[in-house]
Amino acid sequence: MKLRTSFLFGCLIFLVGCNAAPGTWGWYVIDPRTPAGYNNIRFLLNGFGATILLSVIAAAMSMIVGMLVALPGMSSNRWVRLPSRIYIEFVRAIPLLPMLFWVFYGLPVVLKSMGISVSIDAFWGAIITLAISDSAFTAEIYRSGIQSIAKGQTEAAKTVGLNYMQTMRYVILPQAIRRILPPLANQFIYIVKMSAFASVIGMQELTRRANELVVTEYRPLEIYSLLILEYLVLVLIISFFVRWLERKMGSDESR
Amino acid sequence: MKTGDAIEIKDLNKWYGDYQALKNIDLNVAHGERIVVCGPSGSGKSTLIRCVNSLEDHDSGRIVVDGIEMIDNESINAIRSEVGMVFQQFNLFPHLTILQNLTLGPMKARGMSKADADARAMEYLERVRIPDQAHKKPSELSGGQQQRVAIARSLCMEPKIMLFDEPTSALDPEMISEVLDVIVDLAEEGMTMIVVTHEMGFARRAADRMIFMDHGEVIETGTPTEFFEAPKTERCKQFLSQILQH
Repeated sequence: MKLRTSFLFGCLIFLVGCNAAPGTWGWYVIDPRTPAGYNNIRFLLNGFGATILLSVIAAAMSMIVGMLVALPGMSSNRWVRLPSRIYIEFVRAIPLLPMLFWVFYGLPVVLKSMGISVSIDAFWGAIITLAISDSAFTAEIYRSGIQSIAKGQTEAAKTVGLNYMQTMRYVILPQAIRRILPPLANQFIYIVKMSAFASVIGMQELTRRANELVVTEYRPLEIYSLLILEYLVLVLIISFFVRWLERKMGSDESR
Repeated sequence: MKTGDAIEIKDLNKWYGDYQALKNIDLNVAHGERIVVCGPSGSGKSTLIRCVNSLEDHDSGRIVVDGIEMIDNESINAIRSEVGMVFQQFNLFPHLTILQNLTLGPMKARGMSKADADARAMEYLERVRIPDQAHKKPSELSGGQQQRVAIARSLCMEPKIMLFDEPTSALDPEMISEVLDVIVDLAEEGMTMIVVTHEMGFARRAADRMIFMDHGEVIETGTPTEFFEAPKTERCKQFLSQILQH
């Protein structure tokens, strides 16, 4: 349904563009039938690689960091809980763009003053920012998922001799994962979209390429329309994959 | 051979905020003794047995289980490996099969091989009379079957002491006896046990000693005969008249 609507909407824009008076629409910039248009569209589509790689690595890191933050965050000891709470409240409060600038321009200076001399390129700067920024949300998703598993499960695991890590691994997480999956997928979509910010520090992903082409071709409407379509396709693929995953998990573990 | 009692509880106190859930509880349970704890809801029965394996921590007092004094995490783990527990809500692991429910503890906590753990699990499933359900998920079983699986899961850890926290309260009436029969079998084999229950017929059949609790205190103890025929305290008489009138 969603797909059909978007498709019709896209066709409508295209038809309007074709029939409008000269000077308002100009699809020729990305018309693959002309050599220039073909080159342009290839240039734009080549951004997929960077956007996907950026999002996937950042999401994977965010899932790991999120777990490391979430687990102590559920301790019964408030002093163990505290650092995790502070991390979440602090990171969650920083807007992505300022954080990106801070990591890209500021972090190398901080590291250098500590005697560590590394340069952070746009790719890793963007990944670190996206991963950290997202990890606070991932951590809260884990926490709510894990805490939604009945307390009796932990108690039963204790009485059959399992320690904390075993209880998590064999009893709680396998049950929590199905409840965590939908909000986690949401977060992944969010990362894909936020990866557009990497364009401002010079990362040549989808948005950056669109911006660069707009500067040379002066056709913002057509190029940004295509850009929006590119993200739409990515997000629809993710949605489809997650639905498939949910169905698969639902079938082999009855509840 | 261990001397002393299976469970020694001395001066046990527990508060939930301002509310005192347990007041100066003294209780000794001999090896092989079967104890039934009863009393109105909120009287502290469940809290008491949950203190024995430290699912609840206590605020003061001493707990010694099978000669191990509960002082730190290490002793708590040692105590838990001697004590099995069956819950009102069964608490089976819903994502695992019956067999996996039984073998998880022996394999992960005791390092037993899968073949040995499977063999032991099947042996205990025979004892609770449901070996044919081994490969089903808990949700496919009736309540009575699930509770028998929970008992078998505890037994797989070969505990010396079993705690039952209202094991039949969540069951439909027609399933109560199949669960109680399994517990009676265990009692007859000489398992030390504390059973929190309102099933007075079971108490008469299986208990060596009755404990009546109210408002966090032990009000009365005695053999089932003493307890049912000649209750000493007014509160106990009142409780018995309430639950036996039906």
